[in-house]
Formats: sequence, structure tokens, C-alpha cells
Amino acid sequence: MAPPYMGILHSAFWTLIFSMPVFIVRRLMQSVLVLCFMSLLVFVGVYAIGNPVDILINPQADQADIERAIAALGLDKPLWQQYLIFLKQALAGDLGKSFAYNIPAIQLILERMPATLELALAATGMAVFLGIPLGLWAGLKPDSWPGKLIMTGSILGFSLPTFWVGLMLIMLFAVELGWLPSNGRGPTTELLGIPVSFLSWEGVRHLILPATNLALFKLSLIIRLTRAGTREALLQDYVKFARAKGLSSTRVVGVHVLKNIMIPIVTVIGLEFGSVIAFAIVTESIFAWPGMGKLIIDSINVLDRPVIVAYLLIIVSLFILINLAVDIVYSLLDPRVRISEAKG
Amino acid sequence: MQREQTPLQRIVADFAESRLALSGLAVLTLILLVALFAPLISPQNPYDLAQLDVLDSRLPPGSRSGDGLTFWLGSDDQGRDILSGIFYGLRISLGVGVASTLCAVIIGLTMGLCAAYFGGRTDGVIMRFVDIQLSFPAILIALILLALLGQGIGKTIFALIMVQWAYYARTVRSTALVERRKEYIEAAVCLALPPSRIVFRHLLPNCLPPLIVIATVQVAAAIALEATLSYLGIGVPITEPSLGLLIKNGFDYMLSGKYWISFFPGIALLVTIVSINLVADQLRDVLNPRLQK
Repeated sequence: MAPPYMGILHSAFWTLIFSMPVFIVRRLMQSVLVLCFMSLLVFVGVYAIGNPVDILINPQADQADIERAIAALGLDKPLWQQYLIFLKQALAGDLGKSFAYNIPAIQLILERMPATLELALAATGMAVFLGIPLGLWAGLKPDSWPGKLIMTGSILGFSLPTFWVGLMLIMLFAVELGWLPSNGRGPTTELLGIPVSFLSWEGVRHLILPATNLALFKLSLIIRLTRAGTREALLQDYVKFARAKGLSSTRVVGVHVLKNIMIPIVTVIGLEFGSVIAFAIVTESIFAWPGMGKLIIDSINVLDRPVIVAYLLIIVSLFILINLAVDIVYSLLDPRVRISEAKG
Repeated sequence: MQREQTPLQRIVADFAESRLALSGLAVLTLILLVALFAPLISPQNPYDLAQLDVLDSRLPPGSRSGDGLTFWLGSDDQGRDILSGIFYGLRISLGVGVASTLCAVIIGLTMGLCAAYFGGRTDGVIMRFVDIQLSFPAILIALILLALLGQGIGKTIFALIMVQWAYYARTVRSTALVERRKEYIEAAVCLALPPSRIVFRHLLPNCLPPLIVIATVQVAAAIALEATLSYLGIGVPITEPSLGLLIKNGFDYMLSGKYWISFFPGIALLVTIVSINLVADQLRDVLNPRLQK
């Protein structure tokens, strides 16, 4: 006879199968709704608060050009029609030309995107590869002085503003010691048609300071998560049993503890990747890293409005995609989320 | 026999138990006094052009100006005393941080209480907004708003309010949902008191402790975010510089070794943020009923 829990497993399986598409459809609908709302916000910001003629048309253009542009953008039409035109153009990937660079705004942003992604990935990698061992150490030996030092460091990493730490890094390693460059991306190498820095030594040297700066906050987060997870895992029966079996402590920590604390850590890394891209705005500005973040700040400062509008729409879409992906992955990992959402 | 302590006495006594928190509070008080009385204690009014002399620009710390004033922390590219600049900058930084947090607390509190008390559709709509907003990092929301609105103190405060209110709404709602089921609310409902009275006189005071803790932490976060935005050049305008803008102004000179223009405002910012965080940490322990002896 089947054991009694088979029935529960069986119904859980069917709940999973049925709730999955409902959950994804709900999330997708919500994402589309957020995107509409954000595009409306950007539209209202550009068209209703300011004068769109000033915002979207190059002030250096002559009168005939301005009138042609007004007609082309449909600025003589009612506001709701303008919004539809704006949406249609945005969907077609046409958000105007940059005043400063005189190339399509979207193309400009997409050209800068690899630099930002490289920086964000380098920072995330750094946070993971330093954070997990340091967090393990602090969790295994919480009362030793290195353990305490690691925790104090992580508290500082949380409370210090990113830009201030960046300035201190420049002051110390670029100005005083002269070890590392503080400015720009250095030479890039093509990898599958995308320019990257990490393949040449000079590029890596340029990458170290900005990546460290961007990594610090996430590093503190991962240290704390790993430490808390380790301390909790050490008290569990499976660790005690592994010890009782006579396994070496390397194996207990490396296999039994680490495997079990990886789930929350991986989730958080995924969740936080979006915020790494957002904070890259600050780091890129400090280290003159030629990514999307520096581009938006430069564009705001010179009032290059087509680029501002395009950036806002692209970054919002990017975030909605990241959130959607994280939600779906999360629901796959944790059935409770999925079931409560399907009911709700 | 020992007299029974009032709750306030208990909070004060518990708070004083931590030396670190007390020193944080002392430093914070000092900073607040400096910010309040900046015009009286500054060696110089840094925004009175008549008092500035370009010949005094970028002097290292400790040097004397043409008319005998000592620049304890050096001078900037306009010949301004850095120390006076910091005193005036603290006013703006703290003012923006505190004002935005206060407004955000009021909005978040009202929204959270409404969501918890009325429930149903009101709750659904408010909390969906909160969820969506919290799925974007604070700096991104502030950047979007300031990119659309432009620079200015009022606009920076507005952006910081929009960034923060959702945290408070969520916290207040979850506390209020727990409080709502308690007997004193039931008793108030039985007395047929009007909903506004129940919400504001009965529900609200009991939702305050966690809110106070979060608001303290958030003041520090708001100051840091304002400094970041001003450093990026999209926050406060150049005529009313906060600490972040002072740091930005000195950045170019830092690369040529004139560190003091950026460094000292940075230290002031750091001390402010750390002291607020120390106070907030202790407040959290004191106001947390689970940790009470």
C-alpha cells in the first residue's frame, strides 16, 4: 500500500502544474501594467510638465526645422493621441536622436550597455568570491578577532555612501600610491563582437577600482547572509551527524554547510543584480567608466533629453524583466510563493 | 522600595546602557547644534561674496588668509573656508534629510493605516503600489524623478519623499494588522467611536515604535542618498550646497593632491551618518518588545 504522504505529494504535484501558468500570466500582466504606468510617467514628465518643443527638438535648429519636427512628433495633436504616437515610436525603437552625439538615442545607450554589464558582473563576481569565504570564516569563528573584524567591516560597507568610498579608493590607490588608474576603461578587446576590458592586463587594471567600489555593498550583504546561514547550519542535525560520521571539517563545511546556505545566497544575488546596475550610475560617474550610467548623468547635465527619455524607458524595461525573471525562478524554488499567488 | 518606572524612563535607562550609542547621541546632538547655529559659529559666511578673496583659494589646512583668518581645514577654489562650508552644508543636508523623512512618514503612516483598517480593495491598491515601488532601487526612482523635474532643494525633497513613503506604509500596515485584532480596538468599535478617532487615537500610537526605528535609519539613508544625488549634480543647486555638492566641487582638485576640499566634507558626512546609525541601532533594541528583560 502506498504510504499516507503519497496523497499529499500527489495533490502538491497537480497544484504545481495547474498554478504555474496562472502565476506566470499574472506576473506578465502586472509587468505590462507597470511598463505602461512608467511610460506614462515619463511621457507626462516630458510632455506635460515641460514644453516638449524645448525638450525633444534641438534648440539650435532653425524655425522651419522646428515646425517640421512639431508636425513629425504630432505635438499639434491632443495629448492622448500624442501618448499613443509616443508609445508607437518607442515600440518601433525610435526615441529621437541625441543632441550631443547626433546618433539615435537607443543606439547610443545600447553601445554603452556592455561596459555597464561588464562592471556589474565583475562587481557581483567579486562580492561572491570574497563574500562567501569571509562570511564562512566569520560564521565558523564568530568570536575570533578576524571574525569580529569582518563583521565590523561589513557594517561599514553598509553605512558608507558608495560615492564616498569611491573617492577614498581614488585618493589612496590612484593619487597617493599611484598603483591603479582611476579614470576610464582602458583598452578594450573584442569578444564575440562586444568590447570587453577583462582580457588585457591594462583593462583589468582599469576595472579593479570601480569593480571594488561597486562590489562593497553587495560584499557586505553576502558576508552577513553567509555568516548567519553558517551559524544556523552548524546547529542542525545533519552537520552533527556528518561530524559524528568522522568526516573532515573541510568536507563538513565545504559540502554539507555550503550546499545548504547557497539557496538564499543565490536568490539574493539574483535579486540584487538589478540594484548593482542602478548603483553603477554612481560608480561610473566617479571613475569616468563609459557605461550607461555615466551617459545618463552626462545627458542630464547637458540636457540631452532624447537620451534621458530613452534611458529611462530602457532601464525601466530592464528592471521589469529582471524582476519578472527573479519572480519566476523564485516561484520554481519555493512552492509556497507559487500557491499563495495562484490563489490570490 | 523602588518606584515603578514610566515607559519613557525605562526607554531612557535602556538607551543609556550602551556607551557607543550614548557617544553617537552626543556627536549627533553636537552636529544638530552646529547645523542650527551655523551662521553664529562659522568663522566666515561662505556665501557672502564680499568676504571671499580669490587670492585665498585652495590653501592647505591651517594656512592664514589675506585678512588674518585661519583656514583650519583649508579653503576651496573660491577662497571659501572649508570649515564654514561644512557648517552651512550640514544645515542643507540635515534639513533635506529630516524634512523628507518627516513628510514620507506622514504619508506612509496614513496610507499604511488606511490599508490595514479598511482592508479589501483599498488595501490591495495601496499595497500593489508599494510592492511595485519597492521592486525598484531607491536611487533609480530618485534619478527618474529628478531627471524629469530638474535640480532644486524642493524637488530633491520631493524625490526623497517618493522614495521613502513605501517603506513606512508597509511597516505601518503590518503592525496595524496585528494591533487591529487586539481587544482595545474591538472595545473602541463597540463604543461606536468614529473610524477616524479609532485610527488616529487608538491604532496610531500603538504602531509608532517600529516606525520610529525605521525613520531614524531612514534619515541616515536619506542624507546619504541626497549626498549621492548632489554629488552626481542632479540634487541640490550650486547656490545652496549640501555636503555632497561640496565633495563634488573638490573632486577635480583631489586628483592633483589637494585632498582637503573633498575630504573634510566627506568626513563630516560620514560622522553624521554613522552617529545616526548608532542611535538607531540602540533604539531598535530598546523599542523591541521581544528583547525586553
